[in-house]
Amino acid sequence: MRAHYGKVTAAFAISALALTGCSAGGDSTDAGAEAAACEASEGPVELTFTTWVPGMDQVVELWNEENPDIQVTVQTGPNGNSGTYQNFFNQIQAGNAPDLGQIEYDALPNFRVQDGLENIAECENVAGSADQFVDWTWGQVTFGEEGSVYAIPQDSGPMAMYYRADLFEEAGIEVPTTWEEYAAAAEQIKAEGAYITNFPKTDVNWFAGMVWQNGGQWFANDGESWDVNLTTPESEEVATYWQDLLSEDLVSTLPSFSDEWNASFNEGEQWTWVSAVWGATTLSDGAPDTAGKWAVAPMPQWEADTQNAGNWGGSSTAVLKGSEHPAEAAQFALWLNTDPEALALANELGGLYPAAKSAADLDAFAGGVEFYGGQEIYDVFAEASANVDPNFTWGPTMTQTYTDVSDGFGAAIGGSGTLMDALADGQQKTIDALKAQSIPVNE
Amino acid sequence: MSRSAAMLVMGVFTLYFLTPIWWLLTTSTKTGGEITSTVPLWFTANSFGTFFDNLARLFTYGDGLFGRWLINSAIYAGVGALIGTIVAAMCGYALAKYEFKGREAIFNIVLSGVLVPATALALPLFLIFSQANLTNTMWAVFLPSLVSPFGVYLARIYAAASVPGELLEAARLDGSGEIRTFFTVSTRLMAPALVTIFLFQFVAIWNNFFLPLIMLRDQALFPVTLGLYAWNSQISQIPELRILVIVGALVSIVPLIIAFLALQRFWSSGLGAGGVK
Repeated sequence: MRAHYGKVTAAFAISALALTGCSAGGDSTDAGAEAAACEASEGPVELTFTTWVPGMDQVVELWNEENPDIQVTVQTGPNGNSGTYQNFFNQIQAGNAPDLGQIEYDALPNFRVQDGLENIAECENVAGSADQFVDWTWGQVTFGEEGSVYAIPQDSGPMAMYYRADLFEEAGIEVPTTWEEYAAAAEQIKAEGAYITNFPKTDVNWFAGMVWQNGGQWFANDGESWDVNLTTPESEEVATYWQDLLSEDLVSTLPSFSDEWNASFNEGEQWTWVSAVWGATTLSDGAPDTAGKWAVAPMPQWEADTQNAGNWGGSSTAVLKGSEHPAEAAQFALWLNTDPEALALANELGGLYPAAKSAADLDAFAGGVEFYGGQEIYDVFAEASANVDPNFTWGPTMTQTYTDVSDGFGAAIGGSGTLMDALADGQQKTIDALKAQSIPVNE
Repeated sequence: MSRSAAMLVMGVFTLYFLTPIWWLLTTSTKTGGEITSTVPLWFTANSFGTFFDNLARLFTYGDGLFGRWLINSAIYAGVGALIGTIVAAMCGYALAKYEFKGREAIFNIVLSGVLVPATALALPLFLIFSQANLTNTMWAVFLPSLVSPFGVYLARIYAAASVPGELLEAARLDGSGEIRTFFTVSTRLMAPALVTIFLFQFVAIWNNFFLPLIMLRDQALFPVTLGLYAWNSQISQIPELRILVIVGALVSIVPLIIAFLALQRFWSSGLGAGGVK
């Protein structure tokens, strides 16, 4: 799932984090908590599932028809960071959270340290289902801990490069395969009076996807405390690269997903967009006049002849703390994210690109896509998905980190400071935020 | 300041305040694609038809969810403001017209309630309502809406100014009970203040967002503000919602405009009356 991080919602998320942190913080250090036994409940069970993915209620209807004894009620709310996560924390504190909740990967560690998730590793078939999911997504829900599974992967956002095949060809510019070529192409495109792409200052998780591709790790957890590494050499390389493009005015800086942003794609002012698989429909909806002119290629590489890809977005189905029926909830979550019919419907109605490996076989991802000149673009993304570094870890205060780094990015675009300064600043503020919540952190 | 300078200042501010509403109106008459491709503050050739298409889609999308939200808002704001006004009027009247121990203390405590933002109370309220198993019900939004410290304040000031003690004495001598006197005599004298309280309360509940966001899970219970917010947060997944949010926002301010126009002559005199005395 993609998300936008408004300052208002972020601020209120943080203030309430502090609130929940007071009560749950004490339990947050026992990272190796034992998985509780997962007994099936007797008699009919009713579960609640909170999500914001469009059409999820229709997917769940399939389940309800086939499982009269385990009925699931879907509740829909705003996007995770727009309020739903905050509600989860409030409800967990009050002891009346829904049984299941939609949680993006970058928010999962936060729920983990606040002790908001049930460990469902002992539930039937859960631990054994690891190889059904793309490796890196499974790492996101286990946090690399033995005997721990905190959620079932739902969707992912492997990244590739959307580009205007027609414009590149007309101008006689080679489609870039490395970042070096990409920068060179940016200058040529500028000479043509357009931009190679837009730098999204508020989508810090996009930037993280770039660092992810470069083998960078922003966070690490050794089971006892957290390392914060926003300023490692890999991260710096990415920041310096984009800073150079920004300084030379080779990329635009429109607010992502805004009307102007859509319009600039629609009018051919943007030649490429390095983005996630879900961006395929964003582009076709936002830039309808450019139908048939786009194509998809793997992300540009830092070194020639490598195949690394980043990831932007994706979410899981988690069993929230306090659920009285974790066994049934886990069973439902597994079905939701592996059953071919459910996956196909979730893709059709909600635009989810499943985290299950079997997704490659779905009809929705077979064949050419008209908007992309009939190219079989999902093959490119399936390959990208396999090339995402499985060890990337999100930190427990991502909302705050995103806000701080995004503020710094905004300043850098305005001419004060650099992207690297923003990361250094975000690094310090993240460490402060972790300390403020009594989450152990290495300096 | 000369007359024309004053007119200029007022004209500029009127434009400033009305432009967003004008934008809302013109944009509601466009299709999703036209928002960016046409002149922002003017209509298109097909505006008329598009507007009604948009309205039809607004009220049919998601099994008529939007209509449901409007009804919910009307219940929360209409009934809530009505009962809230009666409660505030009784409380303010009692504080103004009866001598009893601790009167000023109670008044000061109620008055300090004006200073506490509703947002700050939302989370504690959620925890309390959770204990009572009332979250995700209409009550969770309705009950807190009945409270209006500002209404109590206004009712007290107004009752003190407009309800003569002699009249109440006369009513008592004629054998009228206190409650009957309040509803038949006093409320009529307080009518302008009551309308003002009702309007303030109506607008506050209609625009309340944070409390429903925290309390409600079930889309069928959402008021229109929260519903539009939820749609707006899904625009990146369902782009067609963009135009529905805009048309929905336009429709959602219509009841407020109607309420203001209908009750205007009462409430403006009500606000002024307290000031001169």
